[in-house]
Amino acid sequence: MTALSILHLLPTPPMEMTEGKVYFHGKDLGLLSETEWQGLRGPQIGMVFQEPTSSLNPVIPVGDQITEVLRTHTHLSDGEINSKIVSLLGEVGLPDPPRIMRQYPHQLSGGMCQRVMIAMAVACGPALLIADEPTTALDVTVQTQILDLLFRMTEEHRLSVLFITHNLKIVRGHADRVAILYLGLVVEEGAPDAIFDHPQHPYTEGLLAALPEVSQKGKDLFNITGTVPTPYEALHGCAFANRCPRVEERCRLENPKLDELTKGHKARCFYPSKR
Amino acid sequence: MLLSVQKITKQFSVQRSLLGRPTAFVKAVDGVSIDVGAGEIVGVVGESGCGKSTLGRCAIGLYEPTEGAVFWDGLDIQKISEAKKKSIRRKFQMVFQNPYASLNPRQKIGDILREPLEVHGLLESSKRSGFVKELLDQVGLSKEDVDKYPHEFSGGQRQRIGLARAMACQPDLIVLDEPVSSLDVSVQASVLNLLSHMNRHRGIAYLFISHDLQVVGYLSQRLLVMYLGQVVEAGGTDEVLGNPRHPYTKVLLAASEGKGVKIEGEPPNPAQAPSGCPFHPRCAFAEERCRKERQPLLGNENGRKVACWKWDQL
Ligand SMILES: Nc1ncnc2c1ncn2[C@@H]1O[C@H](COP(=O)(O)OP(=O)(O)OP(=O)(O)O)[C@@H](O)[C@H]1O
Ligand SMILES: [Mg+2]
Repeated sequence: MTALSILHLLPTPPMEMTEGKVYFHGKDLGLLSETEWQGLRGPQIGMVFQEPTSSLNPVIPVGDQITEVLRTHTHLSDGEINSKIVSLLGEVGLPDPPRIMRQYPHQLSGGMCQRVMIAMAVACGPALLIADEPTTALDVTVQTQILDLLFRMTEEHRLSVLFITHNLKIVRGHADRVAILYLGLVVEEGAPDAIFDHPQHPYTEGLLAALPEVSQKGKDLFNITGTVPTPYEALHGCAFANRCPRVEERCRLENPKLDELTKGHKARCFYPSKR
Repeated sequence: MLLSVQKITKQFSVQRSLLGRPTAFVKAVDGVSIDVGAGEIVGVVGESGCGKSTLGRCAIGLYEPTEGAVFWDGLDIQKISEAKKKSIRRKFQMVFQNPYASLNPRQKIGDILREPLEVHGLLESSKRSGFVKELLDQVGLSKEDVDKYPHEFSGGQRQRIGLARAMACQPDLIVLDEPVSSLDVSVQASVLNLLSHMNRHRGIAYLFISHDLQVVGYLSQRLLVMYLGQVVEAGGTDEVLGNPRHPYTKVLLAASEGKGVKIEGEPPNPAQAPSGCPFHPRCAFAEERCRKERQPLLGNENGRKVACWKWDQL
């Protein structure tokens, strides 16, 4: 949801960014017109979404879809566009690019569609790539291929990536910084090693302890009790208070701020674990 | 042995000629054997389409295998009389992959749970309502839920209802087909805890099917790794995960730990199975022999098995 609202892809109403600002290269994105937005999405900010097959247009061959993007945002000739697409599709590991270009999304597997999406996302050389659960819908072995590709491409093309996922293990292996969200708020933020080895917020601790692992065999998994209050419920105090094992009176009354505990490591909690 | 699946193959016809004769087949399960002892948890892992659900359905008698046999308590379920089968049927239950589709939307939860008691003639009818409420309590639902319909529950709760329905039969074994895959991390943890308690305190055995190696590894004592309908590796969970021998198991394990691994190619199409070892087109170590001939599943006396020509070299 965060990525979609940053990208102005949620209908406004009902969704609207009501508070705060998003800056991109120092520009306040909240002040941009819809046409200025069009100029950013694609050439400067690329996107890869969860469902590769539904993010592509089902009735247009994939080559034409990439052509469209390049025609809108670059001044390349048709011949140049064609050879650029062939090299992009090759780069994302698709065999026989000229044939793939003529195919419709349904003729490709989920993993192949996601490769096409990645090629399309980096086609105009953006500075930022937003990847929203890009591998969740794919098979395990395909997931690793796509992750590998995504991070290789971002290195080669020198892209920054906002990678949104529920899979904590992927995050640990690849991210420079991690933010843990609970009910639309960042509850903890920092370097992956700090967060995974010394989680400060009880929600982060709970998430990590709830993951089944071979090494945990025979032990009960930690279980975050209670249910998530809906985002529409008016909340007093900390959003996690009703499920928190460390909850105190103060947590139900006041909103904790995102405090820096050690350098670069922040948590939104009155009683961080301080380990 | 409580459950013994012996060299079963299950073939589906996927295309028919104009005259209705099958012209193309998928071997969803290809020569698989599994034993599950009383109170044991045996895991099955593998990618989408490798035949896990089909195997589970054969084990529980919902599909008749094309070849091979399934034994319950030592009895060949295709050879015993219907009456005999009916009497042991309740001891072998299944919780289905899709908790939404497996519950009748027009039946109240109380009726869904009472039905198996009636079918199998368990308990006096006056005691059934109380037992149903106890069941709900055991799976972490409320006694008041008996009057609700399936749509009034979340995915995790419906998964628990499926489990309560299986437990109502007081089974010896439950086939659990991806019981936690659709659940978020904290609900998943509570369902896994529940399963583990039921196994420890009531000795219910599981055939636990999942594509997630960490989940299977967490719960099971033994496991099987399947690829394209075949078992490629099997053994004690600790041995297999501590020292995986098949290249595919290595890939699955590294992926489940969030490590980057090299694997080529797309998941295979079961309707066009490759020659030789089913994994060879994607295997980094494949050589000429792997393309031609499949190494049969080799095993030692501890039940450790692997199907790879190069198992001792990698
Ligand atoms: N009733 C059927 N008719 C025809 N083909 C089938 C049938 N059931 C399964 N198949 C095919 O058999 C193969 C194995 O399917 P199965 O559902 O057992 O796999 P699975 O390992 O459970 O996959 P998943 O992880 O996606 O649940 C697939 O290719 C599938 O398309
Ligand atoms: Mg299945």
